[in-house]
Amino acid sequence: MSRTLGLLLALALLGLVVVLSVAVGAENVPLGTVWHALLGGRTDYHSKIVLDLRLPRTLVGLAAGVALGLAGTLMQALTRNPLADPGILGVNSGAACAVVCAIALLGVDSPLGYVWFSFAGAAVASLVVYALGLRGANSGPVRLALAGTAVSAVLSGLTSTILVRDAATLEVVRLWQVGSLAGRDIGLLAQLLPFLLAGAVLAVLLAGPLNAIALGDELGAALGARVGLTRVLCGVAVVLLCGAATAVAGPIGFVGLVVPHAVRMLAGANLRWVLPYSMVVAPILLITADIAGRLVARPDELEVGVVTAFLGAPLFIVLVRRYRTVRR
Amino acid sequence: MSAPAGRGRQAPRPTQLSPAAIGHPLRVAGGRVSLRVHRRAVLVAVGLAAATLAVFLVSLVVGDYPIALPRVLLALLGEGARLDRFFVVDVRLPRVLLALTIGAALAVSGAVFQRLSRNPLGSPDLVGFNDGAATGALLASVALGGAALSSPLGAVLGGTLTALLVYLLAYRQGVQGARLVLVGIGVSAMLSSVRSYLITRSDLTAAQGALAWLVGSLNGLGWAQFWPVLTGVLVCGLAVVPLSRQLSLIEMGPDVSGGLGVAVQRAQLVLMLAAVGLTAFASAYSGPIHFVALAAPQLARRLARTAGAALLSTALMGALLLAAADLVAQRLFAPVQFPVGAATLVVGGAYLGWLLARERGEGRV
Repeated sequence: MSRTLGLLLALALLGLVVVLSVAVGAENVPLGTVWHALLGGRTDYHSKIVLDLRLPRTLVGLAAGVALGLAGTLMQALTRNPLADPGILGVNSGAACAVVCAIALLGVDSPLGYVWFSFAGAAVASLVVYALGLRGANSGPVRLALAGTAVSAVLSGLTSTILVRDAATLEVVRLWQVGSLAGRDIGLLAQLLPFLLAGAVLAVLLAGPLNAIALGDELGAALGARVGLTRVLCGVAVVLLCGAATAVAGPIGFVGLVVPHAVRMLAGANLRWVLPYSMVVAPILLITADIAGRLVARPDELEVGVVTAFLGAPLFIVLVRRYRTVRR
Repeated sequence: MSAPAGRGRQAPRPTQLSPAAIGHPLRVAGGRVSLRVHRRAVLVAVGLAAATLAVFLVSLVVGDYPIALPRVLLALLGEGARLDRFFVVDVRLPRVLLALTIGAALAVSGAVFQRLSRNPLGSPDLVGFNDGAATGALLASVALGGAALSSPLGAVLGGTLTALLVYLLAYRQGVQGARLVLVGIGVSAMLSSVRSYLITRSDLTAAQGALAWLVGSLNGLGWAQFWPVLTGVLVCGLAVVPLSRQLSLIEMGPDVSGGLGVAVQRAQLVLMLAAVGLTAFASAYSGPIHFVALAAPQLARRLARTAGAALLSTALMGALLLAAADLVAQRLFAPVQFPVGAATLVVGGAYLGWLLARERGEGRV
């Protein structure tokens, strides 16, 4: 019962953050004006800011946040690895590399076109990392993280080799690569929404089987979970969610890492609760980070990817220091 | 990961260890000095040295202005045509020497990290070195407004400070390999976001210059860069040599090596500092060159079939890899010169693929 209450509270907090995100920035918009602008029909300066800049940005943050939170939770459950995150496991750099290749080598120039490459890159990179990093049952978190680092290094080396030769692509990509919610195409978000929804539904459906597998493959199978199928579907969901989030907002790290940990502290280890909580808490974090990025360097902004890295990395290090490493 | 002793235990007659496992005894100076010599390891070292020499000579011969080998040798002796001397001695020789030095340094540093972390994927990247160096260089070039190439100091400082920071953050009643790796990943992520931010804020030309440095390239380097790099690498390399025996004990795990009398924490710190120093000097001018550190130690190890290949073979393997990679990067698409980092990338990709295939073959994936 208290968990339901907590979820409702988190939802309320999310609503508050969304309102703030629309109102706060280089130009503060009074809440009354926000309300009127959202009701429509007005064309003054403030309404334009709200409708054309802040609202798309907030929606992108909402969608990317949900996706990253779910993806992080799924990855950590799937790999039984408390340190899994799309950034650390090389999914982001896979997406980035594919996008750069698409722009530079194939001449794809619209975001609507390179979305698909973002998906493909994320999928391939995560497959390779998974294959390199998982070795039997006792692979341990370090191996997976190392595999992610190594694969990321190859991919980002490839990316920079291309970018060094191609200034035009660099100009397009450097703004995408930092991970930001601002200036993203709302049409792109609409196009990606089906993928996000599919990933989210899949994630929620997998909560039961993943709970069983959390006890170990054998026990999970004995409890009636189909281990192989669950793994594959979980991988599909992760790629759908990460690929979509990265395509729309650029690579954003650590949200997927930190949120599941915070949520487990609040709601316990049952994925039936952890997944919905992650879905709400992650966008709160992402949008708050975005607001913070707007406030620290006014009138300039810090991109949300930079803010999450600076909030997330210290937390990651704290987790690492607390985590008792399993000996190989 | 079985220690060599394990093989002896499984042998049918434990009294008769095969010479390949323990090496041939070699006594000199009337039996007062005795060594164990692994015949295969010696052969490997000799073979690697020969291959390195061949690449060295080829590097001096080929180019947009090819010079036949006899004329190259003449030029090396200070004879021959002036143009030959200019190309061989002033342009090609320092570059190939730099490639050899940097390759050897990276390989030894990689070997140290792989054995400290007990993981074949270990490299100086683990402690965030390359990210620190890259961020330092970029910060220096943004702050000083100069070209990214003029910021070796920023790179060395950035890399070393980052490595120290990671070590300190990972320190908790001693440093464990795994924790070091993970803290390094966290710090690296932070630094790379700083870098993306700087790249979005600087103008396009500066951003591209910085990126070019980050790929790692030997283009345009000469004697002025060779001497400082060589000095630094030699100093740090000499610090590793006396600790190499302890390194193979540390590899057995902190409990075993502590029990065998190794001051694990101190040896670890010194080794790590030396390895970071090696990487720092190696990448001061060329920028971080990836994957030599990752692949060379493993390749040397497989070739020599010893638990930890001798430092010499590892260094030779690194020198060979980088010199060959630089040759390929220079000549493959001539007259367009690719940065050597692009060529080592291929090495790295192949290495990862091989690792993957090997583990799959052993049914461990």
